[in-house]
Amino acid sequence: MKDAFGIPQSLLILGGTSEIALATARRLVVRRTRTVWLAGRPSPALESAATQLRSLGAVVHTVAFDALDPESHETVLGKVFAEGDIDMVLLAFGILGDQAYDEREPVAAVRVAQTNYTGAVSAGLVSARALQAQGHGSLVVLSSVAGERARRADFIYGSSKAGLDVFAQGLGDALHGTGVHVMVVRPGFVRSRMTAGLEAAPLATTPEAVATAIELGLRRRSETVWVPGALRVVMAVARHLPRAVFRLLPL
Amino acid sequence: MSADTVPVTGWGRTAPTAARLIRPRSYEEAVAAVRGCGARGGIPRGLGRAYGDAAQNAGGEVFDMTGLNRVHAIDAEGGTVLCDAGVSLHRLMEVLLPLGWFVPVTPGTRYVTVGGAIGTDIHGRNHHVSGSFSRHVLSFELLTADGEIRTVRRGAPLFDATTGGMGLTGMILTATVQLQPVETSLMSVDTERARDLDDLMARLTATDHQYRYSVARVDLLARGAATGRAVLTRGDHAPLEALRTPGLLAGGTRARRHPLAFGTPRFPAPPPFLPEGLLTGTTVGLFNELWYRRAPRARTGRLQRISAFFHPLDAVPHWNRIYGRGGLVQYQFVVPQGQEEALRRIVRRVSEQRCPSFPAVLKRFGDADPGWLSFPVPGWTLALDIPAGLPGLGALLDELDEEVAMAGGRVCLAKDSRLRPELLTAMYPRLDDFRALRAELDPRGVFTSDLSRRLTLQAL
Repeated sequence: MKDAFGIPQSLLILGGTSEIALATARRLVVRRTRTVWLAGRPSPALESAATQLRSLGAVVHTVAFDALDPESHETVLGKVFAEGDIDMVLLAFGILGDQAYDEREPVAAVRVAQTNYTGAVSAGLVSARALQAQGHGSLVVLSSVAGERARRADFIYGSSKAGLDVFAQGLGDALHGTGVHVMVVRPGFVRSRMTAGLEAAPLATTPEAVATAIELGLRRRSETVWVPGALRVVMAVARHLPRAVFRLLPL
Repeated sequence: MSADTVPVTGWGRTAPTAARLIRPRSYEEAVAAVRGCGARGGIPRGLGRAYGDAAQNAGGEVFDMTGLNRVHAIDAEGGTVLCDAGVSLHRLMEVLLPLGWFVPVTPGTRYVTVGGAIGTDIHGRNHHVSGSFSRHVLSFELLTADGEIRTVRRGAPLFDATTGGMGLTGMILTATVQLQPVETSLMSVDTERARDLDDLMARLTATDHQYRYSVARVDLLARGAATGRAVLTRGDHAPLEALRTPGLLAGGTRARRHPLAFGTPRFPAPPPFLPEGLLTGTTVGLFNELWYRRAPRARTGRLQRISAFFHPLDAVPHWNRIYGRGGLVQYQFVVPQGQEEALRRIVRRVSEQRCPSFPAVLKRFGDADPGWLSFPVPGWTLALDIPAGLPGLGALLDELDEEVAMAGGRVCLAKDSRLRPELLTAMYPRLDDFRALRAELDPRGVFTSDLSRRLTLQAL
């Protein structure tokens, strides 16, 4: 069960090698979390993430999970939920893709969309149903500011996150009053492995900062979290800029 | 019987979870509700005054007991009452005071049910004399997980498991309670100020035994030499002749004519959506400063109404709303006699942290009662309300838990919403007996709450 500050005792991470997810898990394990399920494609990285969290004192299980195989989600996640209540699901998987390459290779672009959007729709719905049955829990969805307004530089990734974001908002409304809390997290540019080699955008942030914001959002039972918080205002303006003006911006 | 899926929280309004709310209106309906309980179990709930998640049950059922609210029989000679578990102490006072009887123990609110009072084994300002509520319960009827109704008398293991058992042994249907005789519905109250914590503890140790009721409120925002300054209020039920002394009471004539009248003032409730962050070290500190200065340095024999002496906050319905959407955490612990140093350290620590806490309640507990998970042990208890949104509060309270556990003390489960489960065995040595009894009595986990899930109160 979550405590008065929204800190979960058990945590399921979908996308168990995500740096933001692991930074969040580290924070939560230090506070209260005892059981962590890391779901992801079996890999040395997943195992080393598990080892790291074990060293902080958590009981960590790894589960083979593939976002691109939605048919399997019901079975894979069903097994996890059958083991006991999950207080928080962190939907953290996602790929950035390579915009220029993906524009030339539609199949690669579709893979971005399938991972970030359709994979998340399936995993999100499966998790939501399980959380609703247990009458409590938070579903934390890692979206992105890229989904807020299309940019020339990353609209394939951005469109997939836009879909995910709207899906998560709607899911949150659907689950209102069921005891399940859905929180959409919209980080800006996060300096991590995923963005290595890219030039940092203004208001860039870190996985640790996102983790801090998630912990605060859990306590406040927020529905939307921007990281950093200033992006809420920045994006509110950006969203209303005329296309012709927005195109001219060096973004 | 009505049933709705609704979000449920405790009085602290933290960590809401959804449950099917079932309101049995007869014993038959109660039996049907327990027998028909789903896989996630159910938990009886009274008036929802427990601060944390004791009367919540995510995804399962919550049995709203307030539909069972009949007072069955009063023995006006011997001073006992037989009533349903859903009867509130408020109702009991309304019924009993005109007959010259009072509830044996009342907490800081009268809006608790008799079932809740037994399930959490409540304590009050008379604990050093009268013990906790269970000491005055002669017997009760318990609807257990198998759907049977058992009569449980004092001395039985099931009695001691149920008093303080947080509703996890079964659903109390009726109880027979021994009452306290009174001549008037007024209290004769002595008030004094203590300039710091040591002064306060010295006064409590020296003269507490002279009073039936005793409590101190500590200003935890005072710093330096004033750390732990407090106002003591102690007293007893006023005898009839006290009303004849002129000048003690405004409106004395009316009081003399109706010495057992039960007056309960009600103010308007705060609006439902107050913003978070109204309560800060500054605003609450200012309040505490005024409160302390307004209190008389020393005053004896002042007559007060029962509601003003015991339940000042009951005059403001929904007072918990002033903490805003984020809610509040109440932290109550007890450290045994002889562990005054731990109490001093905790008071200093809270005071350094500038927690926006209204005057906290400090009391000396008397002898413990045999309830296995009953909270009071002889020693010092402190209860403070803090906005749940205070940055760093979780870590601070974890630190205090360690201090409390090390001193051989414990935190109160009826208030808890955040304890680390690992510390529970150290705090409640009879926890294993409790788990074993539950494993035998309720192997399917019919009685389950968010609290029992969070702290693993069921068999491992």
